[in-house]
Amino acid sequence: MISGHCTDVPRNANIATLRDGYLFPEISKLELEHTRKYPQEKLIRLGIGDTTEPIPGIITSAMAEHVHALSTVEGYRGYGAEQGNMELREAIAQTYYKDLGIKGSQIFISDGAQSDISRIQMLMGSEVTMAVQDPSFPAYIDTGVIIGQGGKFMGETGKYENIVYMSCRPENNFFPNLGDTPRTDVIFFCSPNNPTGSAASREQLEQLVEFARRNGSIIVYDSAYAAYITDGSPKSIFEIPGAREVAIEVSSFSKFAGFTGIRLGWTVVPAELLYSNGFPVAKDFNRVICTCFNGASSIAQAGGLACLSAEGYTALNAVIDFYKENAKIILDTFAWLGFKVYGGKNAPYIWVQFPGLRSWDVVAEILEKAHIITVPGSGFGPGGEEFIRISAFGRKECILEASRRLKALFRCNASA
Amino acid sequence: MERLQNNYLFPEISACEFEHKRKFPNEKIISLGIGDTTEPIPEVITLAMSDFTRALSTPEGYRGYGAEQGNKALRKAIAEIYYRDMPVQDTEVFVSDGSQCDISRLQLLLGRDVTIAVQDPSFPAYIDSSVIIGQAGDFQGETGKYENIEYMKCGPQNDFFPDLPNTSRTDIICFCSPNNPTGQAASRKQLQKLVEFARKNGSIIVFDTAYAAYISDDSPRSIYEIPGAREVAIEVSSFSKIAGFTGIRLGWTVVPDELRFSNGFPVIHDFNRIVCTCFNGASSIAQAGGLACLSSQGVKAMLSLVDYYKENAKILIDAFDLLGLKIYGGVNAPYLWLHFPGRKSWDVFNEILEKTHIITVPGIGFGPGGEEFIRIATFGHRASVLEASKRLKCLFAKMSFASHA
Repeated sequence: MISGHCTDVPRNANIATLRDGYLFPEISKLELEHTRKYPQEKLIRLGIGDTTEPIPGIITSAMAEHVHALSTVEGYRGYGAEQGNMELREAIAQTYYKDLGIKGSQIFISDGAQSDISRIQMLMGSEVTMAVQDPSFPAYIDTGVIIGQGGKFMGETGKYENIVYMSCRPENNFFPNLGDTPRTDVIFFCSPNNPTGSAASREQLEQLVEFARRNGSIIVYDSAYAAYITDGSPKSIFEIPGAREVAIEVSSFSKFAGFTGIRLGWTVVPAELLYSNGFPVAKDFNRVICTCFNGASSIAQAGGLACLSAEGYTALNAVIDFYKENAKIILDTFAWLGFKVYGGKNAPYIWVQFPGLRSWDVVAEILEKAHIITVPGSGFGPGGEEFIRISAFGRKECILEASRRLKALFRCNASA
Repeated sequence: MERLQNNYLFPEISACEFEHKRKFPNEKIISLGIGDTTEPIPEVITLAMSDFTRALSTPEGYRGYGAEQGNKALRKAIAEIYYRDMPVQDTEVFVSDGSQCDISRLQLLLGRDVTIAVQDPSFPAYIDSSVIIGQAGDFQGETGKYENIEYMKCGPQNDFFPDLPNTSRTDIICFCSPNNPTGQAASRKQLQKLVEFARKNGSIIVFDTAYAAYISDDSPRSIYEIPGAREVAIEVSSFSKIAGFTGIRLGWTVVPDELRFSNGFPVIHDFNRIVCTCFNGASSIAQAGGLACLSSQGVKAMLSLVDYYKENAKILIDAFDLLGLKIYGGVNAPYLWLHFPGRKSWDVFNEILEKTHIITVPGIGFGPGGEEFIRIATFGHRASVLEASKRLKCLFAKMSFASHA
């Protein structure tokens, strides 16, 4: 019985179909409960993929200088261009898309991939159909549902009826069976992948681009983890010929520069990408940016520019190497224990399989017995059941301690 | 997207400025168009931000992801400073990267099936975001309105407050006070009527208070000053125009616990879901700045900034005194709203630009109710504003403002 006034405004039916809260705040809650239950235990956080290492001084100095200048008449800056600081856009084009035919004018600076994914959904609208990898980063599905692309949630399958789920599992080398995949307007593809850690090969991406071309689809390609690639896999979809006519690319400074709190990313919308009526997608994206956004923080952008200086870039690669070493430690730990383990080589995530087990149960057991937070694979979609995701961000001593605890926990019950 | 007419208003004004600069490279163009702050940010605020920034290079000072709803201390400070006696809990305050983004996130929250009313004229983001999300229906060329949007005319004839008895019910009512572009602040009595109207109709008010700090009289600074508002209103506000944070990006939205959808479900629950899914928090550096803004020194510093721009407004108003010009606003907001009866606003805009090299904003950009009006922003360096006031006084003196019968 509700007392007090209710409005007559209907609750958004799309939001009502969302299951539970967003995945990562749920993991935070788990952490909080656990620290309350075991205040003496040292909880190791390998759950939410949050960077932990300090940002190199050359970058924070640039940001601090920009900030100081804001207190001076000559240095004060008000509104920036909604598309971002032109120097930064050019620097991104130079650093990441040199020789790929992407100009600064096709790059839109954002406050991070999560916001951009929603803006892309607003751009696309409720009438388009979407495909996602299964498992995948939950924001694609959740924002799709919010905007109205999802349809009903089907409890038996754990899927939304209107979304196409492209299974990515060890059996198919974590690349969708495109031959069996129905056509959708939009295809979300993340490589290196969160959560599986798998990076698609050039050949696979050629297949994907061909599939999109043939079907007249748009790929939304998330390359947030490209900096972690070690084996020469493509770092951008635009390395594939023909991609400029079928793909949007979203990326981020979060995992590259430790900017998870600072908020900076970008989206590339090539001039060649056209809707079915020939209208350039970039024009509409620009309209969304100008109307629904007001630019990334000027301070974050000043930092971004410093990240892409020669010194900044070198310093950041050292931090990434640090996380890559962490990933190797965790990967080796699970391999040593005899688990089927994936990822960890091209991404800061390790994807471990526990055949026959429910992923939330595994997470609960590891948490209870080893005081380590991980993420249940089912949080990334039904294709993630039986898996858990372990992130490789953390101080070295935490990673080594985690390795010790996991060995102790699983040595007795190591699977074949 | 196809239904949108033209580009968003403010990039269009930028383009005009750019074009004019090219045509007249030797003239000193003064921009009183886009409401962009111009004065440096007080050091007490920038020092806090640079300290925070430098600390990010240390193990102890490094911070990764913040809570999506915002830094707890900042949420508390906002509740404390702006909503002390109302009261609003810190848990009802969501820190954002500015009102423009929050307005769109509110549209995502509400979805395409709700109906919306806006003031006419109004800040274009309410209408444009409504069109993008699918609420607005088709644009009707003859009226200059979207078929499904309720336009609440606000003009001199009705004291810039909607004629509520003749306003159709809509789910959502967007209301900005002090108003951009008219500069009008609604009185307590008027807001009581608005809250009563919303209660009776089961509507939700989205109340934009970005300019509350500019109020000079005792007009309410928050909708929650009105009893009963907690059950009918969301409030959106911003650090942009009070701290010069237009480029830094920081604002907030209040969603009271008592606000419920028709099925009793708390709106705050869904807004939180939107914030966690479609956003990842305002920049931690901006938030550090926000906290410094709300320290006692910071509040004083922000007041001095606001006073500077209010003084600009006064200078402009005084300059146009005795010219017979119909001027509105400028007292409770950093905008002057000038009436040129019988004239098209783009024509006046162009005449002002050609003859005085001053950028303004044509009223029609804010809706059909803005035709015949020009908005003048009162941000700017003192010297520019003084120069602008001279040039405009000269021009307006030559124009005839004889009132019509």
